Amino acid sequence: MEYFKPTTVDEAVRLLADNEDARCLAGGATLVAMMNAELVQPTALISLKNIKDLEGIAAGDDGSISIGAMTKHKTVVGFDGFKDGQEIVGIAARHIGHPPIRSMGTIGGSVANADPAADYPTALIAADAVIETFSSNGERSIPARDFFMDFMETALEPGEMVRSVSLPAGPADAVAVYDKIARVDGDFATVSVALVLTMDGGKCGSLRMVIGGCGSTPIRSEEAENKLVGSDLNDGAVAEAASIVVDACDPLDDVRASAGYRLKVLPRLIKRTIDTARQDWEVKNG
Amino acid sequence: MVDLRPLDLNVNGEDESVSVRTSDTLLSVLRDQLHLTGAKRGCNQGVCGTCTVLVDGEPVRGCLTLAVECEGGDIQTIEGLGENGELSPVQMAFINTGAIQCGFCSSGMILTLTAFLKENPGASKDDIREGISGNLCRCTGYAKIVEAALNVMEAK
Repeated sequence: MEYFKPTTVDEAVRLLADNEDARCLAGGATLVAMMNAELVQPTALISLKNIKDLEGIAAGDDGSISIGAMTKHKTVVGFDGFKDGQEIVGIAARHIGHPPIRSMGTIGGSVANADPAADYPTALIAADAVIETFSSNGERSIPARDFFMDFMETALEPGEMVRSVSLPAGPADAVAVYDKIARVDGDFATVSVALVLTMDGGKCGSLRMVIGGCGSTPIRSEEAENKLVGSDLNDGAVAEAASIVVDACDPLDDVRASAGYRLKVLPRLIKRTIDTARQDWEVKNG
Repeated sequence: MVDLRPLDLNVNGEDESVSVRTSDTLLSVLRDQLHLTGAKRGCNQGVCGTCTVLVDGEPVRGCLTLAVECEGGDIQTIEGLGENGELSPVQMAFINTGAIQCGFCSSGMILTLTAFLKENPGASKDDIREGISGNLCRCTGYAKIVEAALNVMEAK
């Protein structure tokens, strides 16, 4: 297995194009675990460690935030510049694994790995994030909701890498709630819900709700969201929306839970998440 | 054909020259080449924390860190934690509180807590529990491990 340590993204994508079945190595938290288990056997590793451009978080004048691919979960947890619902990304980062994992793993690595039970993919769709990619053909901006295509499968083309994740400015004063059911603290989600919500005179003004662990990608149902926007989020409306979400989900039986269990707890987790978001809204804006 | 490459590592303040494959983890190089067997191989998947070592002061999973990525880094293992023949304060606290049973998790626990207590000198009991949440003790000796961490803070 070859090993390269480029210092620029141009060099990295050239190496990626020149070496079939090469993999970018970010923090190693998932790729090395998969190599240890002999699930992947890359022909070459392209370490992104020495590419300084890929690290760090920058806030734009328009309220947007750009997170470099090599930014560690720990840095995202500690970043205090999120606002108007962008906090969902920091909250999700806080739910990833344990402290030593958060000081190794990176947002780019998590996004490119595309595990539908991971914390970032679900939260990034709820934040309306855009995945900024780079290859020798140039840059692409792929909305997170289009980026995750199937179980551990992304819209990345051969020779293309994740460069950063952009979060647009959120709806004014939005609150963010992330909740997950997991076997033990720090595990991947059995079921998770990421929610970004605003209220307007007692009614739901806007809502993005994304479900993790219940299909081959994170699930977002605009039909369910439309049932809730404009409603006062009464129990009937929430139950109706949750039922639409359940229909859109297609979970597997796996080591964490049966598909039936997931679909059973999902409506309750949705209700709990929405209730929490409403309370948070009252505290923040009431 | 095994594709070996020379690698210079700094482990516990000593320069070490080894030959590694790209896929060799820091854990396997520490254990199998440098014979520093304090870091244990548990799950080899980053879950159990028994392989925890410090790289540039940060606790990392030895099993998820490739050795080739550590060139130029300051690697610290349990073997190098004491100074001048004395055990470190965290090591002493583990002994004094009996925070050891089978010992398999101890090296990872001690290194995790060494970094954690440096970064969080005013940690609460809950903070400590969170801090060691990534290290499993299958003897379930957590109460004494938390007590040991509290003792380190009290002693300061």
